[in-house]
Amino acid sequence: MTIQNKPAANKNLDSIRKTIANHKRHDFIFASLGTLVIASLTITLLILFLDLVIDGYPRFNLDFFSNFPSRRAARAGILSAWIGSSLVLLVTFFVAVPLGITSGVYLEEYAKKNWFSDLIEINVSNLAGVPSIIYGLLALGLFVYSFGLGQSILTAGLTLALLMLPIVIVSTREAIRSIPVHIREAAYAVGATKWQVCRNHVIPYSYGGILTGVIIGMARAIGETAPVITIGALTFIAFLPPSPIGLEPPFINFDWLESGFTVLPIQMFNWISRPQLAFHVNAAATGAVIIMLTLLMNGFAIKLRYNIRKKIKW
Amino acid sequence: MNPENDLIISQRLAKNFQRNFRERLIEFGLLCSGLIAIFITLAIVYVLVSEAIPFFQHVSIIDFLTDTVWTPNYSIKHYGILPLISGTLTTTGIALIVAVPLGTITAIYLSEFASHKVREIIKPILELLVGVPTVVFGYFALMLVTPMLQKIYPDLTTFNMLGPGIVMGIMIVPYIASVAEDSMRAVPMSMREGAYAMGATRFQTAIRVITPAAISGIVAAYILAISRAVGETMIVAIAAGQQPNFTFNPVESAATITSYIVSVALGDLEHGGIGYQSIFAAGLTLLIMTLLINILGHAVRKKYAERY
Repeated sequence: MTIQNKPAANKNLDSIRKTIANHKRHDFIFASLGTLVIASLTITLLILFLDLVIDGYPRFNLDFFSNFPSRRAARAGILSAWIGSSLVLLVTFFVAVPLGITSGVYLEEYAKKNWFSDLIEINVSNLAGVPSIIYGLLALGLFVYSFGLGQSILTAGLTLALLMLPIVIVSTREAIRSIPVHIREAAYAVGATKWQVCRNHVIPYSYGGILTGVIIGMARAIGETAPVITIGALTFIAFLPPSPIGLEPPFINFDWLESGFTVLPIQMFNWISRPQLAFHVNAAATGAVIIMLTLLMNGFAIKLRYNIRKKIKW
Repeated sequence: MNPENDLIISQRLAKNFQRNFRERLIEFGLLCSGLIAIFITLAIVYVLVSEAIPFFQHVSIIDFLTDTVWTPNYSIKHYGILPLISGTLTTTGIALIVAVPLGTITAIYLSEFASHKVREIIKPILELLVGVPTVVFGYFALMLVTPMLQKIYPDLTTFNMLGPGIVMGIMIVPYIASVAEDSMRAVPMSMREGAYAMGATRFQTAIRVITPAAISGIVAAYILAISRAVGETMIVAIAAGQQPNFTFNPVESAATITSYIVSVALGDLEHGGIGYQSIFAAGLTLLIMTLLINILGHAVRKKYAERY
């Protein structure tokens, strides 16, 4: 009996081995495919960066940063654009960060779990999914015309702040959520009020996580173009807004908030849209500046988050 | 009773009152900023609707939805949204054809195949790709991808929907990959172990066990990708041309809803004019489209949500 069965069993074993080898081959093929896809994505990112740097290389000099845009491509620079971007981001920062953090603290620490907090929550996650150009339309209807702020730095800063807000709220909430309850309980046990717990414990401990969100949000705001175009920002600006810091008292003035402006991505878009190739070089150089800023900021944020995750104390 | 004690108590009560009052005040302040999200949503709806109403008094809603010509700048004005929708859908479709396979493969690879070390390197790279501004992607589409496509297909015009569609696809791969990967990693280890114990390979486990278990998250990732692609502006505004064109042919140039808004905003906006109102009507259409996509996504997720 056993002797007769042996060839059959062998045959069976062979087919099983074949099947296993086949399946292992599938594994290998898929793993290679995955590696290939990820490698090509990485290479795309590299090409994107190198292409901009190589194309824009002839314009990397001090003049490019200290000249106004000009009809002659070789003399045009991004002075008004980078100053405009900085001032707009200043407004964005001072609006979005306090609002985002307090909103996050409210949702995480104060809000009772009911339909109302659910409503706010749904709203926050919906806002994160609204296309950025819709914020531009909101700003055009509300800030520019209803509030009469015009096409100013203030309007652009507020618009980008709206875009950044959901990012700050979400990161604040995530950071707060990772703080264990016993820290709060310990503070309550020695008689702290709710706000004291928040101010002295919850907010300081979630500082790193919030900072990560703020940096990512700011990096996004730097490159955001569509909403700023929609509010009607000018594309050719050959003047600077009034300086925020004066030489005479009170040293700080806010006239710049009402000034016209342009920002880096709009300057880049303007140069791409022109038919002359010489301007495309300028566009590439501007793009290289933008992408370097965003990559640096995002890289810093990622590193920061990694560090926080590594040295959590509790 | 000791009068001194009374004094201390009343002082304490006063202090207590002060303290409670301050707490209430702070809570109220925090509530106000918590309400900002609702306020923004309401403001968006209010602004879009209130500016679109005068537009629809001028253009009937049936013409708006059925006319196939969009020529707000010509002497004979037509306001049919269909050419803008066709442009939006075509670029979104191309982007999805690129992004769905690449994103899904990346997600499965990262979640089921890659070692911890590889994942720690790849995920930041994907995040960096998310951070690249769209105007830079637009430059990439116009100056690099379209010329490359022209070598393969010489009849391609400088402005077309194919190049920006592909670039948009590359842009949304990281979104799909990270959301889908998160949902795959959330599948409990016991399910993987069960499959391995039955002799399944990694690939079999990934395809037949993990993917079905995580399908609601994967669908959510696709939905997110669609709404990103529909709302994407700068890539199409730069590289697809801004000429409304009722076509689904990817090699032609066309305008999307978003690129129309940009092209109007770049010109002279006459406040209250029909051109000004038309961008709000277009924006409202876009908002409704993304809303419908999100509702659909929510429904699909609910239907396929897996409980383990």
